[in-house]
Order: sequence, then structure tokens, then C-alpha cells
Amino acid sequence: MAVFLTKDSKVLVQGMTGAEGARHTARMLAAGTEVVAGVTPGKGGQAVDFADRRLPVFGTVAEAAERTGADVSVVFVPPRFTRSAVEEAIDAGIGLCVVITEGVPVHDTIRFLARARAAGTTRVIGPNCPGLISPGQASAGIIPADITTAGRIGLVSKSGTLTYQLMYELRDVGFSTAVGIGGDPVIGTTHIDALEAFQADPGTDAIVMIGEIGGDAEERAAAYIEERVTKPVVAYVAGFTAPEGKTMGHAGAIVSGSAGTAQAKKEALEKVGVRVGKTPSETARLMRELLGARS
Amino acid sequence: MDLYEYQAKQLFARHGVPVPPGRVAATPEEARSAATELAGPTVIKAQVKTGGRGKAGGVRPAPGPASAHTEAAKVLGMDIKGHTAETVLVERATVAFEEYYAAYLVDRANKTFLAMVSSEGGMDIEEVAATRPEALAMMPVDPARGVDAETAGLLAARAGLPAEVHAAVADVLVRLWRVMAEEDALLVEVNPLACTQDGRVLALDGKVTLDDNAAFRHDRDAFADAPAGGSAGLEARAASRGLNYVKLDGEVGVIGNGAGLVMSTLDVVAYAGESAGGARPANFLDIGGGASAQVMADALEIVLSDPDVRAVLVNVFGGITACDAVANGIVSALEMLGDRGLRHPIVVRLDGNNAEAGLAVLDAARHPLVRVVPTMDAAAELAARLAAA
Ligand SMILES: Nc1ncnc2c1ncn2[C@@H]1O[C@H](COP(=O)(O)OP(=O)(O)OP(=O)(O)O)[C@@H](O)[C@H]1O
Ligand SMILES: [Mg+2]
Repeated sequence: MAVFLTKDSKVLVQGMTGAEGARHTARMLAAGTEVVAGVTPGKGGQAVDFADRRLPVFGTVAEAAERTGADVSVVFVPPRFTRSAVEEAIDAGIGLCVVITEGVPVHDTIRFLARARAAGTTRVIGPNCPGLISPGQASAGIIPADITTAGRIGLVSKSGTLTYQLMYELRDVGFSTAVGIGGDPVIGTTHIDALEAFQADPGTDAIVMIGEIGGDAEERAAAYIEERVTKPVVAYVAGFTAPEGKTMGHAGAIVSGSAGTAQAKKEALEKVGVRVGKTPSETARLMRELLGARS
Repeated sequence: MDLYEYQAKQLFARHGVPVPPGRVAATPEEARSAATELAGPTVIKAQVKTGGRGKAGGVRPAPGPASAHTEAAKVLGMDIKGHTAETVLVERATVAFEEYYAAYLVDRANKTFLAMVSSEGGMDIEEVAATRPEALAMMPVDPARGVDAETAGLLAARAGLPAEVHAAVADVLVRLWRVMAEEDALLVEVNPLACTQDGRVLALDGKVTLDDNAAFRHDRDAFADAPAGGSAGLEARAASRGLNYVKLDGEVGVIGNGAGLVMSTLDVVAYAGESAGGARPANFLDIGGGASAQVMADALEIVLSDPDVRAVLVNVFGGITACDAVANGIVSALEMLGDRGLRHPIVVRLDGNNAEAGLAVLDAARHPLVRVVPTMDAAAELAARLAAA
């Protein structure tokens, strides 16, 4: 089992005819993903050749979904077109929309997330994220498939390369799903959403959560863990030595009530019994200890 | 991008938010002539991109041109929370009968915008929010609808503002929302929003953060900072090559891919330094995803031009980035820099995509200053030790 993405997922790629889109489509295929189509406005009717198959390109998501049964979309379109691309996926009822694009204006993100919420049929992951992978089953995004194996750890992270680092450190134990939720201030799927899914997933035994400075998502995740998560969680927070960011107005602090520092996040997590590693490798070690103690 | 108060007020004026007339001055002389032009009492305000200026003595009344000169001389060069006041805003003094608070911001938790309005603005708004949250009205803003007259009226009422100012405040709230929406701002905060004896409502302060991701659809040239020297110069040089570089105060130069991994590397270096002569990271440098050899060469060049650096740690986990490209970048950078008397050791840790090919490239080059170490922790330890030696 896995969360959000399985071997049965049918993936379409918005922006597949672009260089990035094509390159990563090839990698997703190599990882065993059932990629069924590409979507590029104005290029409907074309096709793109990959190692062992030719994928059709449709002009709209709606048409691609209808003709191929796609239920996942991965978005590689440039920032200025991202909002309309995502809204197209939402309007077509795509169940999971993974937005890889970096540099999307926050106002656009808020607009398309409001649309997704109103429609109630699309989970958005990202933007500015590496996507997600259920090793051995499917990959939607840019997470390398060959650095880890299938297993029973769930991972959720804001940071792409730290995701890779931890997946690699624990490659012998393996992962059910690793979800890179992205580092933007506003994102579709949060730590809490991923924790909820991992808690419910019978294929996941334990959870690695990676956070970094800024905002209060980790503090909120800690509160959620205390209330709802019974599976063991190990966490890592990056940015203890990062210089303190300057804060402009009072508004941010009034709303979150948190300093957003790595220390504050670590303390919040430890307070609810989550063990927090000082380094990625210590975090991996803590996870091994936890799993060892259980078996 | 954070704006200076005077820039925020330019945006306010563009959208019809009333602000007192003012002029920017970089010298006491300029402040004097600005005060002469404005005629009447003024306030001299430090222009720094941080709050709490009033409490720090960076906002001073100046009844006339002579005192504008004197007060500007005190404020210019003043350090407020690590920000130096290079300019002052000379602004017409406005007697506030009442001070309110208004802000729009991005609410990360709820994935939307939030409006906050209070009848008790001024320099202690955080105190108000903490001790009497009921005095601060908070309302999510529907991103499609925005803040229209009806929403604004509701906000004014919920904030407990006196009925006779509702209409004037609501009008300002609608215009401030236009600043937020049309300028792609992440924060628009006015504290205080002043109400004068004769019932006029105007923004005495302005804190605006613009979304850099939206720069492509705005003309923001006027807000660009002048190029600076020193470490700011290094940062500008890195930025012009598309590198995300932040100067820190240690001796171990750090280069990595991905903000999270680089931040983590800084931490690991600092821990290693605790037991190795106190070495600390000298910088943050993220070469990003899919970096080429050229990018790696640029990165090394920037880090090595920092005179504080005594050892460099290159920590790359190849996801999209291919480790052989990173290795080639290191080798070509070393060739380029060789003539300049390069003498600091470079500790390299490569893992992931094409790591073996990358290690083979470094091995073949056999550069005397390059040390390859298999893990992140061991690499950080060696770099910290070499920097402290
Ligand atoms: N033009 C003006 N005329 C009269 N008084 C002013 C004027 N501008 C500011 N003030 C007073 O000075 C105080 C501090 O100024 P301002 O709010 O601009 O700076 P600040 O201290 O940095 O703000 P904050 O504490 O919100 O970060 C205001 O609360 C206001 O009472
Ligand atoms: Mg103020």
C-alpha cells in the first residue's frame, strides 16, 4: 500500500512537450509509472516518443482525462501559466494534481487552492515541490527512483534534497510513499495532510517528517500528532544555524504566535514525544532504533 | 521583497490610500530643504526595512527646517535591529486623534488571505493581540471576491471602530486590498492608521512585502536596491549568476544543492565545529537543482573570494543534479582559480545520481587540495577541522 499514488494511478503530464516535462516523463516511465498522456494547449494531436512507447498529447486536460482515464496530473508548466494549468486539472476533476513548478506567485496559488477546495475533488501537492514517489509502484514528479526501495516508512518533507538524503540513508528499510510537499508559504498538501494519510495507510508502519525554518507548519503538525497519530514519528528540522530572518510587520507573529525557528519547532515536536534528529544521519538512526524496538 | 516605508506609501498613493505628504532625504541638508518645502511641523523617520522604529528612537518630531536638519543628523546612520538608516522620510506631522491598525497578510495555515483590523493601533499592537485578542478583528478574505465595500464595512464594525469613521475606514480598507491584490503583495500593514480630529483617515506607516515570484508581471525597477559593497557585493555577484548566496560569519565555505540540504549542512558543520576548534559555516550557497559544471565553478569562485573562508565543503546529493557535472565543475573551477594562488582545502561529498562517475572525475584529477569523504557528517567534520587548523 501507499498514500496518494499507487501502481494503479494513471498519470498525465501538463507541459510534457517542454524540455523539463519530457525529461521527467522519461524518468517517471522508467520508475514504472503508468504515464498515459501529455497536455499542452495548442499541441493536441501530437505525440512524444519515449524509450518503449509513444504518448499522445492532448490540447486540454478534460480531453486527456476522458480519453485515457488519467486521475493524476503532474504540472511542469512555467510560473505564469501554472494557475490556469492547475485550474484546468481541477475543473476536469483530476483527483491528484502535483505542481512541480517553482516560482508560482502566491496569489495564484491561493486562487487555485480556493478553487480546489470549492470543487472538493482534487488534492493539490505543491507548488514548488519534487512531487511524490511510492517506490516500486509509481512516481509523480522528479524524485529519483533509484536511491531507495519499497518498504514501510512514510516520509513527508518541505525540502527536496533532504527527502532524497533521508530516502537514501534508509534505503535498506524502504518507503511506502515519500511526499515532497514543497517549500512555498502556501501549499496544497501540508505535513498534517500527509500525516493523516500515513496514519490511515495499512502499508505504513512509521513516519519520517522533515521540516525547516519559517512558518509554523511543524508546530501545527506536532499538535496534530499528539491528537491523532499513533504510529511512531521521527523528525528532522533544518536551519538551526540559519541567520534569523528579518520580520517586517507585526502581522505574521500575531497570527502564528511562533518564532518559526528550528529550535521552536524541535521543542514543539519533542514535547509531544516525537524524537528529533540533530542531523539527517542521526534521524535515520532514530528511525532504525524505533523500528528495531518494535520488531 | 520588503519595501521601505516611503516606497510603500508610493504604492498607497497610487491606489488612493491617503498618506501625509513627505520627501526622502539622504543628508541633513536635504532634510532641511524637504521640511522647508513641506512648510510646517514634520516628523523625521528612519527608512529601514524593519518595525519598531518609533521605540528605537528612529521617529522624531521636527517642528521646522532647522530641527529637521538636527533630527535627521541623529537618525541618519542609526542602527535599528541591524539595519542602518541610509535615508529618512521627512513627513508632514499629523496629529492622530485615534490610532487604528489594519493589515492584510497571507495566512499559511488556512491557505488564504487574512484581514486584521483593530481600533487600538499604535506601537503596542502585539501586546493588544496577546492580552486582548477580542480587540483585534480577524477575518479570512475570499481570494476571488477580495475586500469590497461590504466586507470592509463588516471589518470596521467587528474591529469596534466608532460608527462615524466606518465609511472612511472602509474606503481605505478597500483601497489597501487593491494594493495587496494588484501589486501581488504578501503583506500590507498600516500601523497606525490615523484618524484626525476632523475625521480624515490616513496611513501614517506602511509595511509592504511584495512577492518576488510575481515580479514578471510588474514594473518594480524603482524599488530595486542600489548595488552595495562588501559582503552585500558578494551576494549581488552571486545573484547575478543565479546563485542563492548568503554571507555568514564563520570560516567553512558551504556549497550544496537544495535549500533544505544546504541549511542542514550548515547545522552539521556548526555541530562539528563545536568539537573542532569552533569553526562555523561562512555562508549559505544553494546551487539549485540540475546544476551544470559552470554553476559549480561560479559557486566555488564566489565562496573562495570571501576572505574569511579557510576551507570549503561541497555537499551534493544528486537528485536531478548529476554528480559528474558537479565534479567537472569543481575540476574546471580549480583550473581557473589555480593561477590565483588557491590554497584552501576543498572537502567534497557526492551521493546519488551519477555519484560514481563524479568520484571518478575527482579521482582522475588528483588535485592536492581536494579531499573526498563518503558521508555528510564525516565531510563536515573534516572541513571544520581543516578550517580551524
Ligand atoms: N507623519 C506623522 N505625524 C505624526 N506622528 C507620526 C507620523 N508618522 C508616525 N508617527 C508616530 O510615530 C509612531 C511610530 O511611527 P511608525 O509607526 O511609522 O514606525 P514604527 O515604530 O516602525 O512602527 P511599528 O512599531 O508599527 O513597526 C506612530 O505610531 C505614530 O504615532
Ligand atoms: Mg508603525
